[in-house]
Amino acid sequence: MKKPNTQPLSLRVPEPSGRPGDKPDFSHLKLDAPGAVDRPAVSTAPFDMRDHAFRLVRVLDDDGQAVGPWNPKLDAETLRRGLKAMILTRAFDDRMHRAHRQGKTSFYMKCTGEEAIAVAQGMILSREDMGFPTYRQQGLLIARGYPLVDMMNQIYSNAADPIKGRQLPIMYSSREYGFFTISGNLGTQVPQAVGWAMASAYKGDDRIAISWIGDGATAEGDFHNALTFAAVYRAPVILNVVNNQWAISSFMGIAGGLETTFASKAIGYGLPALRVDGNDFLAVWAATQWAEERARTNQGATVIELFTYRGAPHSTSDDPSRYRPGDEHEKWPLGDPIARLKQHLIALGEWSDAQQEAAEKEAVEQVRAAGRESEAIGTLGQSRPSVKTMFEEVYATEDWRLIEQRREVGV
Amino acid sequence: MVDQNNAPASDAPESPAVAPMNMIQALNSALDVKMAEDPDVLSFGEDAGYFGGVFRVTDHLQKKHGLTRSFDAPISECGIVAAAIGMGAYGLRPVVEIQFADYIYPAYDQIVSEAAKLRYRSAGMFTSPITIRSPYGGGIFGGQTHSQSPESLFTHIAGLKVVIPSNPYDAKGLLTAAIEDDDPVIFFEPKRLYNGPFDGWHEKPVSPWKAQELAQVPTGKYLEPIGKARVMKEGSDVTILCYGTMVWVSLAGAEHAGVDAEVIDLRTLVPLDIETIEASVKKTGRCVIVHEAPKTSGFGAELSALVQERCFYHLEAPIARVTGWDTPYPHAFEWEYFPGPERVAEALKATMKGGR
Repeated sequence: MKKPNTQPLSLRVPEPSGRPGDKPDFSHLKLDAPGAVDRPAVSTAPFDMRDHAFRLVRVLDDDGQAVGPWNPKLDAETLRRGLKAMILTRAFDDRMHRAHRQGKTSFYMKCTGEEAIAVAQGMILSREDMGFPTYRQQGLLIARGYPLVDMMNQIYSNAADPIKGRQLPIMYSSREYGFFTISGNLGTQVPQAVGWAMASAYKGDDRIAISWIGDGATAEGDFHNALTFAAVYRAPVILNVVNNQWAISSFMGIAGGLETTFASKAIGYGLPALRVDGNDFLAVWAATQWAEERARTNQGATVIELFTYRGAPHSTSDDPSRYRPGDEHEKWPLGDPIARLKQHLIALGEWSDAQQEAAEKEAVEQVRAAGRESEAIGTLGQSRPSVKTMFEEVYATEDWRLIEQRREVGV
Repeated sequence: MVDQNNAPASDAPESPAVAPMNMIQALNSALDVKMAEDPDVLSFGEDAGYFGGVFRVTDHLQKKHGLTRSFDAPISECGIVAAAIGMGAYGLRPVVEIQFADYIYPAYDQIVSEAAKLRYRSAGMFTSPITIRSPYGGGIFGGQTHSQSPESLFTHIAGLKVVIPSNPYDAKGLLTAAIEDDDPVIFFEPKRLYNGPFDGWHEKPVSPWKAQELAQVPTGKYLEPIGKARVMKEGSDVTILCYGTMVWVSLAGAEHAGVDAEVIDLRTLVPLDIETIEASVKKTGRCVIVHEAPKTSGFGAELSALVQERCFYHLEAPIARVTGWDTPYPHAFEWEYFPGPERVAEALKATMKGGR
C-alpha cells in the first residue's frame, strides 16, 4: 500500500541568485578574510583538514597586502612575470575574440577573470610535469612562453597549425610544454591525468601530473573515477576544480554546488582538499605549492577548488545576458586577478601605474605582432594544411582503407 | 637479495619450446613473456591482480612480476581505460582487462573519444599504445550481460584496431602483437573457446584444446601479424568469413552441409585482410558471413558490402549472413539464438542453390 506523506512531494530545481535584469546578489557567499585560514602541514591526514574544504584560502587583502600563513613570499621578479603573463593572456583573448567577430576563425573561448589560475600553476610546475587542461587554461601555455603565433595558427587551422587543422580552435596540444591534447569531451582528461601520475609513480620517476575540470563537468562520472583512482593508488597528481560559477548557462548549483563546496567532494574519497580564492595569484600559488609538495613527496593527490568567476561569455557562441545579470562580473566580491596582483606589486613599491600601462601596451603589441605573422600564413579558409594530411595519423601507419579513400579524394 | 618472484618466465631453462595450451594459458603466456621482456608492460583490471582474473588469464602474474605490474582495479571500467590512456601517454604499454565485453560500455567514451583519437587530434604528439582485453561472445548461458559481441561498436571507430582470436596459438601471437602495437587495440577473447574449441553442437561433449594443432603453443615470444586472416580450411564451393567461436561453428556447418567451403578466420577485423577475402570469393563465387552479434549494422554488413563492391562480377549467389538475432541475448533460448552449425549449413546449401 502507498504510504502517505505529511505533505505532497515536490521537486526542487536549483536557481541562481540572479537572472537578467536582477541586481547581482552575492550575499550568500561565505568568504573568509585574507589570512584567516591556517596552513596545515603538507603531511596532514585528509581526515584532519576537512574544514579546509569549506573555507577559502586568501592571501591578498583589500589594500593589496599579502597576509597570513599562506603568503608564498614571492620575490618581485616572479610576481612581475606572473602579472605580465596574465596581462598577455587577457590581451591574447581579446584579440582572438575579436578575430572571431571579424570572421577570421569559427570559434574562440576566453578565460577572462580566471587568468591567475593557469598562469600561476603553469609557472610552478615544470614542463616535464604533465598538465591535463580543459579549454580554459590557455594561460598555462602563455606563462610558459609557448609561441603565440602557434596558438593562433591552431585557431586559424592554417598551414602552420601544429595539429594540422584537425581540431576545433583552442584545442591546443603540446607535449614539449607539458600541455596534454585538449578534448571536447568534458572530464575525460582528469582520470587520464591520474593514470599518467600512476605511470610516473610506477616508474619511480620524479614528475607529477596536474589536471583541471570546471564546476559543471564535476558532474561527469570521470570526475568520480579520477578521485577514486587517485586515492586508491595514491597518485602524484593535483586535481583542480575551477569553480567559475557557470557551466554555459547553468549556475554551479545545477552541478551540485549549492549546499556544499566542490572541494568538499574530495573528503569522501579520503583526499585532502583546499578551497582557494582563484582571483588571488598568491593564494593560487601557495595552495598549488602545497599540493605539489605533497605529490612530490609521495603523499598523493590533492583536490583544489579554485573559486572564481567566468567573466566572459562561455564562448563566442554564447550570450550570457540571456541567463545572468549583465554586471554580475563587475560585482564579483573577489575582484579581478590582474587588478589585485597589480595593486599588490604597487603596494610593495615594485610596480607603478605607468609600468602597468606600458606592460599592457607591450602585451597588445606582442599579440599584434604574432597576429601579423599568423595571418600572413592565413586565417580560417585562406590557408590550411594539405588535404592529404586528413588521412594521416589515424593510426601509426595508414591501412588500405585510408590509402584508398585518400586516393578517392585525389590526394 | 635476488627476488625470486621477479625472475622472467622465459629464463626457465627446462621450458620446452612448444607446449600444449588452452586459450587461457596461451593468453597468460603472452602477458608473462611480454612483462618479462618489457618493464613498461603492466596489467590491471577488476580481480585481475592477486586473484588472477575471473577467467585466470592473469593468473600468477602478480606473484611473478610484482604487485605494481599486475594489480587489482576498482570496479570502474571508465577509470580503468582512462588510467591506461594516461599511462600510454606517459610511455607505458598497459594491458587492461574489462571483465566482460558486456561491461565495456562505461568506458566507451574514453575508448571512442580519447584512445582512438589521441594520435590524430594531437598530430602524433600523444599516442595510446594500450591493449584492452575482454572476454566476449555467447554460447555459455551467460544471458543478456555475459554473452554480447559488441565488435561492430568498435570497428566503426577510426583509430581503433579490433582483434578476435579463435585458438590458443593465435591468441598468444596476436596478443603479443597487440601489446607491441603503437595503436589502441580492442582484444576480444571468445570465452566459449577458453577451454576448448566449440563447434556449436552443444549436445555433444566438448573436446579439449590439446587435441588441436593450434593448441601447440611456443613458450617463448612470437608474433602473429595484426591485419592478416588465417585460411582455416581451403575449399572451392563457397567462402565463409567468420571469427572467434564462429570459426569452429563454420567448420562444423560446412561439414554438416557437405559443402567444400573455404573457411577464413579473419582474426583481425580492423585492419581487415581484404586481399585474402577478395581472392577467396573471386575463386569460389559465393560468400557466407557468420557472426554471433546481432545482424543489423553488425560487422557482417560491412563484410557483405566490401565483398559486393569488390567481387560483384564473380558472385553467383547473394551474399548470406548467419548471425545472432536482432534481440538482446536471451538466457533460456541460448541455442535458438546462437548461430549454430545447422543454421550455417542451411545458409551454405541455399547459397549453393543460388540464394534463399
